[in-house]
Formats: sequence, C-alpha cells, structure tokens
Amino acid sequence: MNSVLVFALAGVGLIGLGLYGLLVQRHLLRKVLAFNVISSGIFLLLAGLARRAPGAEPDPVPQAMVLTGIVVAVAATALALAMMLALRSATGRTRLKDHGDED
Amino acid sequence: MPMLLSGADWATALVFVPLLAALACFLVPRAAGWLGLLAALLILLATLGLVQGLLADGPLRVAVGGWGAPLGIDLWADGLSAALLLMTSLVGLGVSVYAPGYFAAHPEQRRWFWPLWLLLWTALNGLYLSADLFNLYVMLEVLGLSAAALTALSGSATALNAAMRYLLVSLLGSAAYLLGVALLYHGYGTVDIALLGERIEAGAVATTALLVMSTGLLLKTALLPFHFWLPPAHGSAPAPVSALLSALVIKASFYLLLRLWLDLFSGLGGLLSALLPELLGLLGAAAVLWGSVQALRQRRLKLLIAYSTVAQIGYLFLAFPLAGAQVNALAWRAVLYLALAHGLAKAAMFLSAGSLLQFAGHDRIADLDRAVQRLPLTLTAFVLGGISIMGLPPSGGFVGKWLLLESAFTQGRWGLAIVVLLGGVLAAGYVFKVVGYAFTPTEIAQEGEAVPLTMQWSALLLAFGAILLGFSAPWLWPLLEVGAPFMQPVAEIGMAALKEIGAIPAAVVTGSGMLEAEILAGSEVGTGRETWIGAAP
Repeated sequence: MNSVLVFALAGVGLIGLGLYGLLVQRHLLRKVLAFNVISSGIFLLLAGLARRAPGAEPDPVPQAMVLTGIVVAVAATALALAMMLALRSATGRTRLKDHGDED
Repeated sequence: MPMLLSGADWATALVFVPLLAALACFLVPRAAGWLGLLAALLILLATLGLVQGLLADGPLRVAVGGWGAPLGIDLWADGLSAALLLMTSLVGLGVSVYAPGYFAAHPEQRRWFWPLWLLLWTALNGLYLSADLFNLYVMLEVLGLSAAALTALSGSATALNAAMRYLLVSLLGSAAYLLGVALLYHGYGTVDIALLGERIEAGAVATTALLVMSTGLLLKTALLPFHFWLPPAHGSAPAPVSALLSALVIKASFYLLLRLWLDLFSGLGGLLSALLPELLGLLGAAAVLWGSVQALRQRRLKLLIAYSTVAQIGYLFLAFPLAGAQVNALAWRAVLYLALAHGLAKAAMFLSAGSLLQFAGHDRIADLDRAVQRLPLTLTAFVLGGISIMGLPPSGGFVGKWLLLESAFTQGRWGLAIVVLLGGVLAAGYVFKVVGYAFTPTEIAQEGEAVPLTMQWSALLLAFGAILLGFSAPWLWPLLEVGAPFMQPVAEIGMAALKEIGAIPAAVVTGSGMLEAEILAGSEVGTGRETWIGAAP
C-alpha cells in the first residue's frame, strides 16, 4: 500500500464520517464540527493526491490550495458559530427547527 | 468614448471596486449609503466598458498582476459572463437605490447591509470572471458566507433558523465542489478551465468529479430535491436581500454548473454524459410544476415569490436535455434569456413586496386591501415583473420561453413543451391571485406607512428592464457570440489566448463522445463546427 492510497482512503473516510455527522447529528455545534471533518478529509485528499514525480520536489500548488482552504474553513466556522450563538440567544434552541414544526 | 481603459482594466475594476467599497463601508458606516451607490454606478460603468471591449476585441483573458497560471489568478470574460455581469450590475444598481429607503425604517440592519452586500457583489463579479476552478471555489465560498450573513440580517428567530440552514447547505455544496476540484487536479494536474478542457478525458476521475461537483452546485442552486432551504431563507430575509438572493445568488451557482458542463464535461461522452442532462431536465420539469403549485398555495407574499423562484430555477434546467443535440445552441440561449429575465423580474417583485410590507406592516396576501390604489407604482412593478415570469409578450421571459418551446418542438420533445406552457399558466394563477387581492378592500380598512419614491421607482425600473429585455435581442445576440460560449469548449479559445494551440481540430474529433457523434451525423451541424475550427487560428 503506497502513501497516496493511504492518504486517499483516510480522506474519503473522513469525508464519509463528516457527511454522516452533518446529516444525522441535530445539535448545531456537532454539525459545524462535522463540516470541519469533511473539510479536513478534502484537504487530505488535495495534498495527498497531488501528482509528484518520485524523488522530485513536491508540487506547491495543492499546498497553496489547502492553505487557502483552511482560511476559508476557519472563516466559515466562525460565521457558523456566531450564527449558532445568535440563534440560541433569540430562541433558546441549539438545533434547527424542522419543517414539520413550523408555526 | 475614447478608450482610456482597456477591457482588462474594466475586468479588474469589476472585482476591486466592490471589494474596496465593502471595506470603506465597513470602516465608515455613516457614509455607507453614498459609497454603495457610487460603487454601484462605477460597477455599471465598468461592466459597460467591458462589454464594449468584448464586442470590439473578442473574449478576454487577463493575468492579474502579471503572474499568470498556475500560481497567479487569471480572469476570463466571454459573452456568457458579460451577459450575467450586465444583469448583475443592473439589479445591483436597482437594489442599491432601493436599500437606503428600506433601511431608513430598519437602521440597525443598515450598518451591516452595505459591507455584506458589496462583498457579495465582489464574489458575484469574481465568479463570472474567474478562469480557474480553485479561484471559483474561493468566490463561491465568499458568496455563500456573505449571502448567509445577509439572510440573518433581521435577527428574528425565523430568519436566523433559515440562515443557519442556508449556511450549512451552502458549506456542504462548496465542500462537494472542492472535492471535485481536488480530483480533477489529481487527474490532470491543473485547475485552469482552459487547460483542463484540453486535458480532460473520460474515466473514473472525470465521472466522479462531475458527480460531486454537480451535486454540490445543484444543492446551492436549489433544484427540486435540494430546494428545501430556499423558501424559508428567501422569504424571511429583508426585502432587498431577498431580491439579491433570488435574482443573483442562485444564478451564480447555475452559471458555474453551466460553465463546467459546457467546457469540461459535455464532450466526454459515455453513459453519464448522456443520462445526466435527461435527469436534470426531469428534475427541472418537476421543479416547475411543484414550485408553481406551492406558490399558488402560499398565504404570504414573500413566500409566494420564493416558491416562484423554485419553479423558475426548474426552467433553467429544461435546457440540458434540449441542448444536447443542437449545435446552434438555441436551448442555451433560451435559458440564458430566462435567467436574465428572471433576475430583473424577480428583483422587481421582491422589492415591490418589500414596499408593500413596509406600507402595511405585514405581507399577508389576503389583506392587501386596495394596495393598487394606494401604491400604484409598486403594484405596476409587481405586475410587470409577473408578466415576464408568466412569459407573456413582449417581455424577456417571453423570448426565453419562446426559444425554449421552439427548441422543444423541433426535437419533438412534447413533454418538455407542455411543462413550459403549464408553468406559464400556473404563474399567471399566482400573479393574478396577488393582483386580485390588491384590488379588493378588506373589511377593516388599514392605515399604511408612507413608502419613499426611490423604493417604488427602483422596483418599477427593474420591472421595465425585464420587459425591455424582450426587445434587446438585436444587441444581446452579438454579445453572446463573443467567444461563442455555447458553440465549443472554452478550452479552444482559451488556449489561443495562451498561445498554446496545438491539435485543436484533432482534440475536437477525438474528444467527441456519443452526443457529439450525433451532432456530426447531421450535415448542417457538422459544417458549422468545421467552419469555425477552420477560422479559429
């Protein structure tokens, strides 16, 4: 098993785990964390799968992309957490209201 | 006009002007209204400059700061991007004129509206101008984050709930898109759309990338099974924001999907490339019918308009099954016309709904209480927008639906034609439902608040724009021809711009799959394509 395959499988595993969390967990904090797990999986894929010749310098482009992606994910997480807190102070809930119980 | 600035300068200005204005509005909130309006005018000017440049010199590729691919950021503009940029700047100007009046009644929201809206505008312009997939991802995220924040602007429990759901959906959508970018980079070693179009070939990597990227973008575009987040978000946001979300934000992810399909995936061939357009068409048809019926059932005006958006999104996807076998790209033009007309008309309708809401303090359709006599300009704007949504002549919506029908008839796709017509009839139903109540007095007469004239006129002018779009074909057609976005993959022209033309005719022939083989089987079609290839270098 070469390193690329390890990275790829770990990345896919993380994405699956995060997707499951995002869809199944109801607490918003857990959803936000699940999104971060998905992002980590994608970053792992991006950096691990980048094409590289054996022995040559690693390709800098995917690393630049992962760095940008991390910045984006941090900003998104901050906004999601702020919005979650605002939702809690407005309604006292930390989960989304379902379509079934709309007023 | 003397050409002091080139097309490249205008394109760069389209990204930098809203970005700098957003920062300025954040730093100097007191001047935000004027700064925003000034930025809107400058952006319109830059868009017109870019359009003029494109018409004179053809498609444009700019290496920002002289860096160039792979590490630099390249901008790319052709007829498709220019048409959407033009619509964005018109709607943007209309909303920027409307907003000061609206937020005078909601001063606590005004502070955040301007920076967020200008940031949203930066992302829209950047998205329409980006030449590489990763830059598109960043723009998509900026767009999603600023749109979700704008949705939450009113701070009410309903709005926060809707905004939170929208944010999570939007983040999942862009994560799926980024996964596709990672796969494509792994497979082909580049994220530049032009280079990718040259290198991409059928296989597991391309298929998986196509699947995850389209799922992500469909989630963001709110096509039928993924539409669940749209009505609460668009219905509970402040009116100017609803107008922006419905008219502009949805179009951006649709544009990206269209761009990917046209430039990367449509030529791949194989089972998926044949089935996906049919599936999208089916979902689109279901969205048209289901969204329209839901719109008819709504009791609140803004939710009605939001469900109408669900239906109109469906129309955009009807073109996928129709465009496969047509080289003159009638269906693509039809759909672009529908997208532009929907942008102007839906902005006008949401802005009118905002004026009615401000006037009466509620948006219950049954209690509109003679709104027609008391806010005649606003109701006119709503009805004119509605005419374009229904697809009555001479509006832009009419031209779009006419082209779509023509395309369906010539291919004998009667089912799709019936959906187009039925959607129009249902739209007439929900527009006239509102108009009917607006003529009817309620039992208890209601007092109204004054609505500033800027709010009424900006909605009315946007609605006029949607109608005038019906007459604009003579000058919109040549613009759409720039770079021939619907005729052949952008890769070929992009490569010309990169001065790396090699085996373009060979690539077209070898890269063609089932659908293109069908195209080439028709003699007329085949000659059209060959003529162009001959003329290209």
